[in-house]
This record gives sequence, structure tokens and C-alpha cells, in this order.
Amino acid sequence: MNYEPVIGLEIHVELKTKSGMFCGCPADHFGKKPNTATCPVCLGLPGALPVPNKKAVEWTIMLGLALGSEIAKVSKFDRKHYFYPDLPKGYQISQYDQPIARGGKIGDVRIHRVHLEEDTGKLQHATIDGKKVTLVDFNRSGVPLVEIVTEPDIHSAEEAREFLKKLHRIVRFLGISDADMEKGSMRLEPNISLRPVGQHELPKYKVEVKNINSFRFAVAAINYEIERHARILDEGKIPAQETRGWDEARGATVSQRSKEEAADYRYFPEPDIPPMRFTKDQISNIKGQIGELPDAKKGRFVRVYGLPEKDAAILTDTRELADYFEACVKIGRIPAQKLANWIINKKVNIDDVLPAALILSILKAQEVVDVPPDLIAKVLADNPKAMSDYKAGKQQSLMFLMGTVKRQLPKGDVKIILDMLKKELDTH
Amino acid sequence: MKFNTLTLSQAVEKLKAKAISHAELYHDIYEAIAEKNGELNIYLSIDDDALKKAQKLLDTPLAGIPIAVKDNFLTSGLPVTAATKLLEGYVPHYESTVTKKLKEAGGVVLGKTNTDAWAHGASTETSDFGTTKNPRNTKYSPGGSSGGSAASVAANLCVAAIGTETAGSIRQPASWCGVVGLKPTYGRVSRYGVIAMASSTDSPGPIGKTVEDCAMIFNHIAGKDPFDGTTVPKPVPDYTNNLKKGVKGMKMGICYMDHPKITGTDVAHAIEKAGKVFEELGAHVDIVPMSRVLQPGKVFIPDYAIGVYTVVQRSEVSSNLARYDGIRYGNDRSIFSHEAQNRIMLGTFTLTKGYADRYYVHAQQVRTLYRKNYSNLFTTYDLLLSTPSPGYALPIGASSGDPLFGELQDILVEPSSLAGITGISIPCWIDAKTNLTLGLNIMADQWQEEKVLQAAYAFEQATDWNPWVKS
Repeated sequence: MNYEPVIGLEIHVELKTKSGMFCGCPADHFGKKPNTATCPVCLGLPGALPVPNKKAVEWTIMLGLALGSEIAKVSKFDRKHYFYPDLPKGYQISQYDQPIARGGKIGDVRIHRVHLEEDTGKLQHATIDGKKVTLVDFNRSGVPLVEIVTEPDIHSAEEAREFLKKLHRIVRFLGISDADMEKGSMRLEPNISLRPVGQHELPKYKVEVKNINSFRFAVAAINYEIERHARILDEGKIPAQETRGWDEARGATVSQRSKEEAADYRYFPEPDIPPMRFTKDQISNIKGQIGELPDAKKGRFVRVYGLPEKDAAILTDTRELADYFEACVKIGRIPAQKLANWIINKKVNIDDVLPAALILSILKAQEVVDVPPDLIAKVLADNPKAMSDYKAGKQQSLMFLMGTVKRQLPKGDVKIILDMLKKELDTH
Repeated sequence: MKFNTLTLSQAVEKLKAKAISHAELYHDIYEAIAEKNGELNIYLSIDDDALKKAQKLLDTPLAGIPIAVKDNFLTSGLPVTAATKLLEGYVPHYESTVTKKLKEAGGVVLGKTNTDAWAHGASTETSDFGTTKNPRNTKYSPGGSSGGSAASVAANLCVAAIGTETAGSIRQPASWCGVVGLKPTYGRVSRYGVIAMASSTDSPGPIGKTVEDCAMIFNHIAGKDPFDGTTVPKPVPDYTNNLKKGVKGMKMGICYMDHPKITGTDVAHAIEKAGKVFEELGAHVDIVPMSRVLQPGKVFIPDYAIGVYTVVQRSEVSSNLARYDGIRYGNDRSIFSHEAQNRIMLGTFTLTKGYADRYYVHAQQVRTLYRKNYSNLFTTYDLLLSTPSPGYALPIGASSGDPLFGELQDILVEPSSLAGITGISIPCWIDAKTNLTLGLNIMADQWQEEKVLQAAYAFEQATDWNPWVKS
């Protein structure tokens, strides 16, 4: 039979705030010596109390706004209970029925909700003195974590990858997270089920695959599940509702927890944190801090710089790259398309090469003679009549001036000479 | 005269005037502890270096006076157990905000006092380290859960003490031990570094020999704490300023006189007499019949509060005790005492999926009705008068086998605790036969501690019930 995959995604993103979700510990835990960035609050010591990080709340609102979500007027934190050694309080502070943001979409995929919670510690399995032990590192405990949940609007692994890449780009553009998969600051959990093509209601089961840390694994896991479900369905059975994990070594998913073992988290409102109320002013203020988002920027690059879609997409992949490109354009002397080609093809390391240095090296390599600003100024000074004619509206005088420059600098780029002349004339 | 019988204000004054030395004060207190603590079982730990610390603090507001602190506060250097075996041997490496502020003001934490285990109880009888005895009559309970702190004040084993109240845990033991206990507005005093019982009602507060002593301590512990998001940034007045202003023109309402547990008892008699005292001092005093305040919320009957409080508190307890999961602190969950296990199970049940709405959420809704009822009452009255306990201290052993013992004890204060309002218990009666005391519970709306202290001070000055007040 032909099946249509029905896929929803849950994505966890660690925020790169300075301090923790509910304490003053540094949120940047990566590569630190275990248990060196902890305090009574994130260790869950007796008597310690959580105080929410304002920045983390604002950034979650910002992400919600960027996704077109509706921001709650009143939101609150809840306690989610379960026992696990990496969870020092026996509960995680999360959000249950009043998330900070609901709704919104990326492309055709609708967002269900966006909420804020705290990350857990990390377990390390090791052998010490011949004994197998499990160690707990609490450095990550209490790092702000945003959870984004989509509606089940995705129908293939490829669509899932597209969505994830777009979300990744938005998060990075907002500057709220490095969303670095390798460091675990962005973690993916697809849930997958199949239905016969043509059926509209949701399948009666779903399988969740936990904590995937690359787009490639997400695609592989989804495809693996699609095939697995199809086989089971073809036999007239229904796949078990369960949580599975991706085993990269085997290239397969593995069962972790079945529905019967599903936890009851005993959610209730976190009594240590008063509810939050957001005013229109606060929200519009945060809205004002959102810069141009990737799609808008891409469109503008096509429109203003005349770049092809493909180039614009590459240059707007990160905010840093887009800013770099525009800094180069602003210096002038080299046409935008030529700059774009150079940056894309030569894979310029934007952290090392300053925009001005790039321009110089392009000029040198292209053997395009640099147009000295002095020359332009001199030609203009020598031809006051042409200048006043131009100002009176005679376009031909611009061509005359160009010709004059070109005679003294035969290798000079016509477009650049024209741009420089125009710029100089317009400022006089 | 033994210096351990000095009140806080007297001790500070005499130390500053160099009329007594720290060594003399601490000598008498340590001597009293050596003499009585064995029998009374008040202190779970004592700082032997307290005197040395005190001697450096003469120029501070509290001048180095020794303070007994309930053993659910974390204080650096002293173990904290919350009177449970589970935490036995645990020495915290950070300091609660209350004790930090007290230390900054020149207070010295002399020792940690017994309480019901995890503060679950109203008699100290659920302590894993044995019950505390009432210093006024050792056959009787001191009340609880801050029973150790109230007893330490009553027995002059400290100059002043700190307790916590969730519903009655400061005022009821103060009432039973014949001392003064102030339950502040929820959010007025930081809970940071206090082992949580019921997070949405826990309120730390002072227990002292006199109203003035409580005001002096309260001055230093009240206020916004950046480490406790439920504290409120309201300015902290000097609570000793208005003590002597009297009660002329204040409107007071006496509650619960027609409650079956009160009608015709010594308590009713004592409260009625207290009302007369206030009338003579120029206040307008009414009896507020329960029937009158039943409308429109119909929840002013305190009995409903038991259900609401039990659900809210057990739910929060089951969550707050989840962190003692056996991985740290050296003991697993089987060491929880019977009472804690009961509460964990009941709270786990009330938070279970499908039941949380029926129990926890519903209880919080009724709680809001209580809050509204109080707001309504305080549009008519400045202060409400009642009792922190339906009677005298009960004999030791009375609580055993009664899972709702504390709730029935606290029936008359639970509504006010749920509403987060403030109240004080001051001695207002002594039974000549048993030497046991009754307390007068003076309550005011949120943030009105000044009014409460002012009225309590006036009563204390006008009557002879408080032996530490020399008129």
C-alpha cells in the first residue's frame, strides 16, 4: 500500500544567555570541567529557589514573534516531575498549559507552541578502578532551553530537513543561540507515523525518536522509521506507540520506552515563581529588536543587488556572512555580483579577512586597476563646465568625464568609474 | 539575676552600655542550655564559637545577641537536618537569606532548634530526633512545627528565635509556650535557604519574648530578596517606630467566637476579655459572626480551609521532597518517616494526571475565595482577633495516630495562611493549674505588620500576661 508519512518535530534549543535559566551560573557550559559551573540553585540543594532569567524570557518571546506566533498575555512556569539522576530537584521547571508563545509557521509547517524550560545535567558512563560507574555533571543543569513544537504538517524527511534548516537559520539570525548541533545546543526529536494516502485524520499511533544531534541523522532516522512502519502496516499490524533512540553505529532506531511506561509528570504551577504578564509595550519593544530575518534578507539581496536566488540564499545563510557581504558592497569599487562570486567561490574566511582587505585582494587578483579617488577629483576639478552641465541635467557630460578618466586609466572598470564620478558629483 | 532572661531590647541596650559583657550573657545562656536542654530537647546543634563571634559585633544593631534558629534554615558551619534522619550529617555550604541578614545586623546563630520533621506537624512529635517538651510544663507539647524555637525563647535558652510558618507553625507554638510569634505576610521575608515545606505559604518570622523584640528582629529580615522571586519590593519601615501609637480608633473584629470548637471554652473567654482590653484602649471592637461573613463567598467557615490547605500543602510537599532521591545526602527515600511518606503519597495522588484539576487547581480556586473574603473583611476592619489554636497545649503523645492532627490544630489559622496575610500571637491567658498559656492572634491584611505589632504592643503593655514586660 502507499502511505503518507505524518511527521511533527520537537526541537530543543539552548539559549546563549550570559547566566542560567534560574540562577547566576554561566549558561556556557561546553567543555568546562565537570561540576565547576554550579550553584545551590542549579544543584537543587535544599532551600534554593529559582528566579527566572529575564533575557531568556525576552528571547523566547522574540523567537515566537519571528515565527509569527501569538505571545501569551499571561504565562507561567510549571513543575514537571520525574526521577532521573541528571535532574537534581526531581522535577524540571518547564511550561505546561500557558506557554510563552503559540501558533505561527515556517513555510507551510505550522508551529504548535514555543516554551521555555531548564536543561538537565549530563550523565557520563565511565570505568573507575575497574568498576562501571555513572557520573553526573551538573554544569548543564539549569541552562535556558527553548522547546519548539510543530504541528504534524511534515510529510517527508526532506521536508523535515528543510524546516529544521530554516529554523536553525532563524535562531542564529536572532542571535539567541549558537544552535550548534555538535555541542548539543540544538537537539531534534521527530515523531513519525504513516497513514494510507488519501486519509486525512491522524494515524492512531506515533513513534518519537529522541535527542538527535544532526540534520543528517534526523533524515536517516525518519526514513528508517518510515520504512519500518510501512513493513509493519503491510503485515496488517500497527506499529507500537513508543519512544525510540537513534543508534548511529547501527544506522537504526532502537526502542527505549513504550506507551505503557509513559510517565505521568504531575504538572502543577511552580509556586516559587509568580506568573508573568507581558504588556503590549514590552512585546513591541522586543519586536523592534528583531532585525531582518533570513527570508526577507534574501529577497532584498535579489532585489537590491541583483543577485540570483541561489547566491542570495548562500550569502544570507548566517547573519555574519550577510553583514560581511554588505560591508564589502558599501566600500564600493567592485560590483556586488563580482563580490558575491568571490565570497562564495573562494570560500572567504570572514573571521580572518577584513572587508577592505578582501576588496584589495580582489582588485589585485583581477588585475583591475584601482581607480584612485584623487584622479576622479582631479578630472572633476579640471572640468568645471562638465560638472555644471551634469548638474543641469546633461547626462552626456557624465560620459565625457568618464572618457577623460578612462584615457588616463585605460584598465579602469567603467562601472566603478561611473559610480565614483556619480558619488562625487552628487556630494558636490 | 541571670542574664539569659533579658529580652532582646534589654540585652542590646545593656551590651551597648557595657553594663554587661558578651561573656556574661553567653555564660548564662550556655549554663541554662546545659541545665535544661537535656530534658527539653530544644537544640539539635549548638555553635560553641558563638561567643567569639558575638564579641566582635558590639557596634552592630543587634550587638551580637544569640539567636536560636529553626533547623530548616541553612546556616554555614552548622548542620541542617529539618529534624530528619535523611539529612543527618549534612552541613550546607551556603547561607539562608534570613540568617545572612541577621548576621549582617549583628545577630549570632547560637544553635538550631527542633521541629517536626520537614516541619510536617504541629507538636515537634514527628521529629526524627525526639519531641521537644513545653518549658512551662514538660508533660505538654510546645506545639509546632516551630516548637523548638518557641520553647527556646520560653526557657530563656536564647534571646530571640526564628521560625517558619506554613499555617500556624509560628503562632501556635508561640501561643502554647507563652511567647510572641509574628507570622509575616507571604513574600515579606525571603524563603531562600529555608528547606521548603509548602512553597506557596511558607513564611519565616521572628519568635521573641516581647512584641518589641519581634519588631527588632523583623526589621532586619523583612524585604525583597533577589534570590526569592516571590518576595516583594515594598519598602521596609522601621517596625519599632509605631509601636507606641496605641489602638485608639482602630476597628477590630473578633472571629470564630461561634465556632463549635471555641464557643464556651477558656479560649472564648480569653479572647472576649482581650477584646474588652482593646475597647478600653479606645478601639472599636465587634464580634464578627461566621454567618455574617459567609456571604457571598461562603467559605469563611475555617473548616473548609483544612481541605484546601491539605491538598495545596501535600501537593507541594510531594514535589519539594522529590529532590531527596537517594543519590545525594547519603540516605535513600526509605528513611523518610511515616508522616513524610503519608504526605508524599497524598500529594502525589492529588497531582496525578486527571486529578490535578479536581484537587490542586480546585483547592487554589477556593483559596482565592478566602483571599477575597479577607479583602472584603479588611474594608471594614483594621484588625481581626482570634486564637492561633483551639486550646491550650496538648499533652505529649496527643498527636500520635492522627494524620490530620496538625490541620485540626491549625484550623483557625489556615484560612489566613492561605490568604497570605500577617498575624501575631501574644500571650493573653494563663491557666493557673497547668501553667499553660493561650495566645491572642491579631491579624491584618497583607503588608500591615506595623498595625499588628502596634496593637500587640498596646495589649502587652496594658496587661500582665507577658512576664518579660515590666510595666
